[in-house]
Amino acid sequence: MSSQVPSDLKYAKSHEWVRVAGDVATIGITDHAQHELTDVVFVELPAVGRKVKAGEACAVVESVKTASDIYSPVSGEIVEINKAVADNPALTNTAPYGDGWFYKVKLAQPGEVNSLLSPGDYSKQIG
Amino acid sequence: MLKRTPLYSTHQKLGGKLIEFGGWEMPVQYTSIVDEHLAVRNAAGLFDISHMGEISVSGSGAGDFLNSLFTNNIRKLTAGQGQYTLMCNERGGVIDDLYAYCLDPNNFLIIINASRIDEDVAWLQSQWATFARRDEVQLRNVSDQFGAIAVQGPKVAKFIPEIFPEKAVNAVVTDLKKNQIAQFKFEGEPVYVARTGYTGEDGFEIVTVPELLIPIWNKLLEAGQPFGLKPCGLGARDTLRTEVCYPLYGHELDEATTPIEAGVGFFVAMDKGDFIGRSVLAEQRANGTKKKLVAFKMTDKSAPPRPHYPIWSSGPEASKIGEVVSGTQSPSLSVGIGMGYVPPEFGKVGTAIEIEIRGKRSAAAIVKKPIYQKS
Repeated sequence: MSSQVPSDLKYAKSHEWVRVAGDVATIGITDHAQHELTDVVFVELPAVGRKVKAGEACAVVESVKTASDIYSPVSGEIVEINKAVADNPALTNTAPYGDGWFYKVKLAQPGEVNSLLSPGDYSKQIG
Repeated sequence: MLKRTPLYSTHQKLGGKLIEFGGWEMPVQYTSIVDEHLAVRNAAGLFDISHMGEISVSGSGAGDFLNSLFTNNIRKLTAGQGQYTLMCNERGGVIDDLYAYCLDPNNFLIIINASRIDEDVAWLQSQWATFARRDEVQLRNVSDQFGAIAVQGPKVAKFIPEIFPEKAVNAVVTDLKKNQIAQFKFEGEPVYVARTGYTGEDGFEIVTVPELLIPIWNKLLEAGQPFGLKPCGLGARDTLRTEVCYPLYGHELDEATTPIEAGVGFFVAMDKGDFIGRSVLAEQRANGTKKKLVAFKMTDKSAPPRPHYPIWSSGPEASKIGEVVSGTQSPSLSVGIGMGYVPPEFGKVGTAIEIEIRGKRSAAAIVKKPIYQKS
């Protein structure tokens, strides 16, 4: 089963995706990651207003089997979280790039985005 | 180097996700723990349990030898019967929990935990060496000569006769009652089939030589699929046993924990005569214990509880009272569940407790065991 890797997103090695619009980045976990985790039963999101650094653990995804840290691919301030995914964690499995997004960050260093993986490079990593 | 069962290539073909367990490379899941778990609750599931150990104990002194080591009374077993039992050290701590089958009065098959094979064998050998009638007892670790498959779930009895169509001692396979074992034939070869399991559902465990495992597995898969049978990994095995509060060695049980503390005193036969650990267990049964295994359910929306999370009392003077030993999201109940050790005064059903999850405490309540009961 091959995982989806949308061509309009950037990716972190730790399996998060980033969608940039202006100076705000939306972040979630990839189709490959949700497939590896399976059965997501709980998502813990960071508080709005929290400042995060790229590479910092700032969310937790729990499957039946285990808890996994989710790292912020970029630095900045959390400006919005997806309450829908907190209420219905299965969205992580069913719509990882859509309704299953996790949080939005106001970018502190927009240039960081350039050092993230392209869809092609991420596909190679999980291939 | 991790050990692999004879079904390793089968797990790979089926897309099983392999992990380390007790020194073995085993499938944790094939598709999804929840799907596999629910298949067992509603239909059927197939498990490779070849990592488990087997010990053969035979001879005219075998029964007496085992009765001096095990907590349950092996003399209650007639040929073809099995029982859950425990083996304790002098302090009453559990060396292993196991299944003992009486094949005939001088011939016992002992099924032990994968992670405890070395310890069990060493203990049995050291006890054998000082057993007065040791020349009447033959002890053999046959773990490498046997593999095993568990097929579990309410629909299993509908298709297992296809795999074992012939009668054994005038009984068809579905005539076996819970905890009974008999030798059946598969393609002319002898196979032990017991009506036992670790899921809380009806089911069978099949113990046989490694060469027969793949053909039996494939035939069960084929016969069971129309009934909804799925191959299941250790992930579902763990959530299933946690829902029905079956202990897992290394979680609920260890060498510093007694069967009385673990709530399996039912399998301790005080009236059968002496056995190792008896005096400690008798004292605990009379005077109580300092810790008690309890089952709990989360009552707040929270992340699932996990092993080693602290358990707190509830209320204004809350304090840390224990630790979670098993915990997961219950696929049957869709709520966080677990077991843990607390002082007995907190063990009453209905008592409010809190589970500390990543520094934050969430409300839970002590519930009756088993946590999940078939409606």
